[in-house]
Amino acid sequence: MTVQQCYEAFGGNYQDVISRLRTDERVARFLLKVVDDGSYKLLCESVEAGNVEDAFRAAHTLKGVCMNLSITRFAESATALTEALRGKTEFGDGLQPLLQRVKEDYDLTVKCILQLDK
Amino acid sequence: MSRRNILIVDDSELNRALLSDMLSSDFDILEAENGVEAVRILHERELEISLVLLDIIMPEMDGFEVLAVMNQKGWIKSIPVIMISAETSSTSIDRAYDLGAIDYISRPFDERTVKHRVSSNFMLSLRQQEMTEMLSSQIYQKEKDNSLMIEILSHIVEFRNGESGLHVLHVNVITQMLLEALVKKTNKYPLTNHEIRMIATASSLHDIGKISIPPEILNKPGKFTPEEHEIMKQHTVEGAKMLDAIPFHKDEMLLKLGYQICRWHHERYDGRGYPDGLKGDDIPISAQVVSMADVYDALTGERCYKPKIEPDKAVQMIMNGECGQFNPLLTECLLEILPRLKTELSVASMSSNVEAKLQDTVKQILKNDSGGASDRSIRLLERERQKFQYLSDISLEITFDYTVIPETLQFSERGADILGLPLMISEPSKSAAWLKIFKKEDFAHFVDMINNTNPANSVIIDKYRLTIGGEEKWGKVIAKAIWNDAEPPELEGAIGKIVDVSDEIKAMEYFEMRANHDAKTGLFNYNAAKKVISNMLSQNNGKKYVLAMFDLDNFKEANDQYGHLFGDELLAEIAERLRNNMRSTDIAARMGGDEFILFMEYKNTVKPQIARIFKRLTESYKDFSVGISMGIVTSESYTGDYDSLFKMADEAMYFVKKNKKNNYCFYNDIKDKK
Repeated sequence: MTVQQCYEAFGGNYQDVISRLRTDERVARFLLKVVDDGSYKLLCESVEAGNVEDAFRAAHTLKGVCMNLSITRFAESATALTEALRGKTEFGDGLQPLLQRVKEDYDLTVKCILQLDK
Repeated sequence: MSRRNILIVDDSELNRALLSDMLSSDFDILEAENGVEAVRILHERELEISLVLLDIIMPEMDGFEVLAVMNQKGWIKSIPVIMISAETSSTSIDRAYDLGAIDYISRPFDERTVKHRVSSNFMLSLRQQEMTEMLSSQIYQKEKDNSLMIEILSHIVEFRNGESGLHVLHVNVITQMLLEALVKKTNKYPLTNHEIRMIATASSLHDIGKISIPPEILNKPGKFTPEEHEIMKQHTVEGAKMLDAIPFHKDEMLLKLGYQICRWHHERYDGRGYPDGLKGDDIPISAQVVSMADVYDALTGERCYKPKIEPDKAVQMIMNGECGQFNPLLTECLLEILPRLKTELSVASMSSNVEAKLQDTVKQILKNDSGGASDRSIRLLERERQKFQYLSDISLEITFDYTVIPETLQFSERGADILGLPLMISEPSKSAAWLKIFKKEDFAHFVDMINNTNPANSVIIDKYRLTIGGEEKWGKVIAKAIWNDAEPPELEGAIGKIVDVSDEIKAMEYFEMRANHDAKTGLFNYNAAKKVISNMLSQNNGKKYVLAMFDLDNFKEANDQYGHLFGDELLAEIAERLRNNMRSTDIAARMGGDEFILFMEYKNTVKPQIARIFKRLTESYKDFSVGISMGIVTSESYTGDYDSLFKMADEAMYFVKKNKKNNYCFYNDIKDKK
């Protein structure tokens, strides 16, 4: 899978990322870092442990990473989750669907990235 | 550059890597993954870090807290911080700016934006550092009284205003004198000496707001329309605003005083002034005093719209309330200082050194300004150029301007006309047209001479053979090399003129010839021969020379028998025979009367040469049989000067005369016979 095909597959904006980061090589290098990034793991663990503050920060970081790499669909769900968690002290009821979307988008994104041409 | 480290603070390793990737080609990157680590790095390497990229949302310590620490430690003043965050809410941006961040880059990062913002802020902070260093060294230098920077600022205003620059200085002096008189008179305004000096210094700023007034209004010679007057009045508010907008040193007394003076130096004691209509002592004393100083100097000075008014008359006008309303105490002070004021102001012109420096700086600044001010300096330059051109035109000289890089030669119109060249020649050392006039080796010599000058000794003068309009001419070139003030100085070029000195040189050559040559024969005369021969002998270059001296045996008979005219003819004939039988390097001279000498170089033996010449000289001339007596000496066995050589030849000649005339003999031979 080429970088462009990968972007189409996970719902990202290839034109945008390439205009900002200039080369496929660089974009691919940073996409692979998303796979290793600990933020998603931290998010899941924080939710599990009921630590809202850490969860917010993890969601926020994910949002930043996705925006930087124009992983548009995932960025949207991460943003929604971030805003839902901002300033909260405990997890509310409406959170579950948002979390679910983030999880789906993360899985799809990682799956596509792993299929990139080496 | 020593400080090229950039600290990236972001909790996401991916974001740090991304930024680092974008910037690492131009900067060295340090990374911190949270605020605590950032502060630790800043603490350890404060002086090495030129810029911080700071995320807001981070564990341990967030971006705002990092900014707070940087404020507390004073780092924020010297290290620029650019915020990077997905937080784009205006409150977080505002808060970051309030805490001293200088720029904001929001996600997603765009490589060009990141690079551009970082490098421009980096350059800015470098520039600011330089300026801070410059400023502080200036302040240290002139810490006592006038800050050069203030003078420059206010002079810019005055130059733009078409004034001489003395107004600022006068206001400064008057302000100081008024305040000194005031504190002596009353305790109402408890000012220390230091404060008085500060007010005087700040007085220089009173009109800086005029920089914002359009030049067509500022320099309007006639009366203002009401609208124009309103605009003009704004210089008070604008000046104050400018000082208020300076982000640093808010607490500096100088700035506070400057603000008061700028804003309120057109208020009136009766409350009818502008911009705020302050009344009485609501007007700060600094502004009151400067206001009076300003009015007094404006009255007593000449302006484009009015002649100058005598000091006594001016004070009278001020006291009568014709020029505003002032604090009665100040009016009294003015009256008191008046006698001293008259003398002080005439002395109060800057030392020429400072003034020159100041004006250079001001001109430099004006040059870089794109507004009306630069028009003025261009006009001034244009006027200088016209003057210069006129002067060079009427002097009938060829003036030129030589530039090293790019190599060009520019002539005055008149000069180009005379030379038949365009006004400008690029690469003169390769230009056929130019080298036809000025020989290539001569021009190389000229360029060499220019290069060998130095700033202290930069004038050269030399003569060159020129071909102008197909005619050979002598040109005297006088030029001044232009060195810039770099360290070490670099040669920029030269200016100068070429003067046609052909006539002068012809006359010189003629007189020189006359002085050196014998009129009857065209040979060297006694003195010239002695000089040239002495010179050749003194070079002592191992060459062998022979000196032959002779006179005509029967010259007297020739004169008596055929007349003096024939005698002269005969002398000329002998000279001609000499010329025809010698080489150009030999020297023949008529010593006077019928006595001649011949001085020649020879290689191995000289006898055949002498024999041949003797034979030629003694051929009959028009039936007159020429006889000569010749004494000869060679320098072979001899080391001495011309005089002793001459004496020996003379001795040999008399030996011939005594024995049998019409012959020649060598000094060495008669020596043996003695």
